[in-house]
Amino acid sequence: MANLTINGKPFTLDVEPDTPLLWAIRENAGLTGTKYGCGIAQCGACTVHLDGVAMRSCGISVSEAEGKQITTIEGLASGKTLHKVQEAWIAQDVPQCGYCQSGMIMAVAALLNEKPKPTDADIDEAITNICRCGTFQQVREAIHTIASA
Amino acid sequence: MNKHISPRLNRRAFVIGTAAVGAGLAIGLDLPFGGPAVVRAADGSPEIGAWVVVRPDDTVVIRIARSEMGQGSLTGLAQLVAEELECDWTKVTTEYPTPGQSVARKRVWGDFSTGGSRGIRSSQDYVRKGGATARVMLIQAAADAWKVPASECRAANSVITHTPSGRTTTYGKVAEAAAKLTPPADVKLKDPKDWKLIGKGVNRLDTADKTTGAMIYGVDVKLPGMLNAAIKDCPVFGGKLKSFDEAKIANMKGVKKVVKVGDTAVAVVADTWWHAKTALEALPIVWDEGDNAKVSSESIAKWLAEGLDNAQPAYVGNKNGDAKAAIAGAAKKVEAVYSYPYQNHATMEPMNATALYTADKCEVWCGTQNGEAAFAAVLEASGLPAEKCDVHKVMPGGGFGRRGQTDYVRQAVMIAKQMAGTPIKLLWSREEDMAHGRYHPITQCKMTGAFDANNNLIALHYRLSGQSILFSLRPEALQNGMDPAAFQGVAQSGEAAFGYSVPNLLVEHAMRNPHVPPGFWRGVNVNHNAIYMECFMDELAHAAGQDPLEFRRKLMGNHPKHLAVLNAVAEKIGWNTPAPQGVYRGIAQVMGYGSYVAGAAEISVTEGSKIKVHRIVASTDPGYVVNPAQVERQVAGSFVYGLSALFYGGCTVKDGKIEQTNFDTYNSMRINEMPKVETVMVPSGGFWGGVGEPTIGIAAPAVLNAYFAATGKRIRHVPLRDQNITLA
Repeated sequence: MANLTINGKPFTLDVEPDTPLLWAIRENAGLTGTKYGCGIAQCGACTVHLDGVAMRSCGISVSEAEGKQITTIEGLASGKTLHKVQEAWIAQDVPQCGYCQSGMIMAVAALLNEKPKPTDADIDEAITNICRCGTFQQVREAIHTIASA
Repeated sequence: MNKHISPRLNRRAFVIGTAAVGAGLAIGLDLPFGGPAVVRAADGSPEIGAWVVVRPDDTVVIRIARSEMGQGSLTGLAQLVAEELECDWTKVTTEYPTPGQSVARKRVWGDFSTGGSRGIRSSQDYVRKGGATARVMLIQAAADAWKVPASECRAANSVITHTPSGRTTTYGKVAEAAAKLTPPADVKLKDPKDWKLIGKGVNRLDTADKTTGAMIYGVDVKLPGMLNAAIKDCPVFGGKLKSFDEAKIANMKGVKKVVKVGDTAVAVVADTWWHAKTALEALPIVWDEGDNAKVSSESIAKWLAEGLDNAQPAYVGNKNGDAKAAIAGAAKKVEAVYSYPYQNHATMEPMNATALYTADKCEVWCGTQNGEAAFAAVLEASGLPAEKCDVHKVMPGGGFGRRGQTDYVRQAVMIAKQMAGTPIKLLWSREEDMAHGRYHPITQCKMTGAFDANNNLIALHYRLSGQSILFSLRPEALQNGMDPAAFQGVAQSGEAAFGYSVPNLLVEHAMRNPHVPPGFWRGVNVNHNAIYMECFMDELAHAAGQDPLEFRRKLMGNHPKHLAVLNAVAEKIGWNTPAPQGVYRGIAQVMGYGSYVAGAAEISVTEGSKIKVHRIVASTDPGYVVNPAQVERQVAGSFVYGLSALFYGGCTVKDGKIEQTNFDTYNSMRINEMPKVETVMVPSGGFWGGVGEPTIGIAAPAVLNAYFAATGKRIRHVPLRDQNITLA
């Protein structure tokens, strides 16, 4: 059993303590917006926020996540008001297949929280997610658009 | 589920329809008095031809047969239909017909296959006609109601106007009447100069759900009572499953069943996928690896190298003059051997499919690039007839050619068949996905060029040795044993024609098929042929003491479209002006998938091995550009894919297995390594070329030629990872 707080809501999940947070979120909490890509914290498709910090949920056990505020892509918007990153992603048509974009958006949201006006170098350092469709150009442009708003 | 998933049928109409046509699956047919049958969508709205459904509120639902996988075709195809339909673009939505529905209606939506950059170019004619047909019927219905000639009416933005009187109505209001009309036998398509929506970079129709986690990919499918399966197929291709000891994992949490999947694989079915995967890893498995376990990258390379020997048999793909004789008697010769490795598609979403099998029905939910091939796989694996099977396409997390294959669909059905009545979601681990790709084929190439005393190129011998994709996947497409696709980019004519005139030319392929299964990998044979030819062209230019651009231009007089994109890219990069201090340029061109493309790069090299790509430019002439914003994204994305393969890709073989297991050993470019891609579109009109793939081939040779300009060293083998050359 694990007691998790996901998107502000309490969840009591029937999982072993070493279950990766990713799978508890997807299979036990039923929130499938967070994606599986590699399982070894390389690709970033599973990125969520733990107490506001972007983390790769495939590499964290549920026991490590207990007591922390977990935010997934489903919890990024405030009610029906989308987060500014989601809005920019729609306006600038960032996603291609979109599979990596939940993780990409969570990583960018955390970056902008820390640095509202990131430089290209800041983006290079903070955004290390893999996108096989190659949306990097639109990702960078959208971040700068948000920063200059 | 979301709006891009298959249309739900109107059950009542479906029953009547089935009885009326006396055949299995049909989208509902009304039985009107007089006039043809009205076909209805799930909500009861009428079809105006197979491609268009109009709802009373003027919403237009456009049917899309090809698969969206990120490349934007769903939006582009909808633009093509909407252009001719003259509907309100802001009220357009889309849906996929299922392959089962298509089969039942005599393939009214044509080919579902989405590969070879065909999505737009191979459907543009009939989908535009689908839109035009619906427009004519809607206008006719309004004219009939007004009792005026249709020729006095026009349509724009879903509004029909009777020009003389100024009366208006909307598509939604006349849809019912239009659906009862006999479709016109022939319709005239617009002149391209009158296009309003085609050529416009409108936003994609499928973006919003991708930003909120709401988009359903195959991996996200949920069905009541569903169980999850993890699978291991024999890691040596061609090997078999000998035995497994299920007692060892029977008591592990969540495990429901351990099943054999064909002769080669075993799957664990559990309540969650995490439990299934954990138990599978603990399952003792014995493989019968067979003789292929002796194969290694070294043994494959040796076998391919033997094929470069002219004494070995080879297929001739392109020839004029007598290259061998001309080379023998030439004043100067240049020779080089290049190679290109296996590559995994590594789609972000690993292969998966969800299957529900009962005694009289088998349904599958999956991301696929070829709904009809997936459907055929379901029929075969389930043993059920077509009317009892169907495939529901969901969004694939990347395709790149991998999801044109149906191995994962077949496996899901084989597991579900052993657990009748229970929906089974089969998901491959990333490790399984790396171990069981359908890999970019492996090749080597020996090229010999010869010059006369005045440094004119008089002969070129291009000898490929290596794997044929068609031999493995589509043997019926071989021509007397030859794989014509092996010559993509260096072919005599057609959609991937060679762009140079050389008086004595010999292009040939010594086919050698190792046991590693090849597949169509974005760009396919253009990838290696473009590297080989364009890097060697650079070698020839330097051997002749000529500028690489000027050297090419002299050979391209008879290939104006190839030359035009090369000129466009040269102008954009500023070829005739000096590069910044420490920055060096490379250039390349090729034709593939009916489009002419060229690329140019500016790089700097530090410590002899660290490459920084400062600028990279692409030009493309695909004939027509349907959505420039999406073309720009496809070009940039293709460069990420192509350069990732150049720097970090490459799958190696040891003991008959692929050695790379995950993104730690098969890396992919990140944002910090990717320069802005500058795309120049020069559509010349009059033909329809592809977009998703052609440009991938020119990124690598442009960078490799720039590396030579910077260092004086040639890189002739991919990936650069193995030569300790990295991105800075």
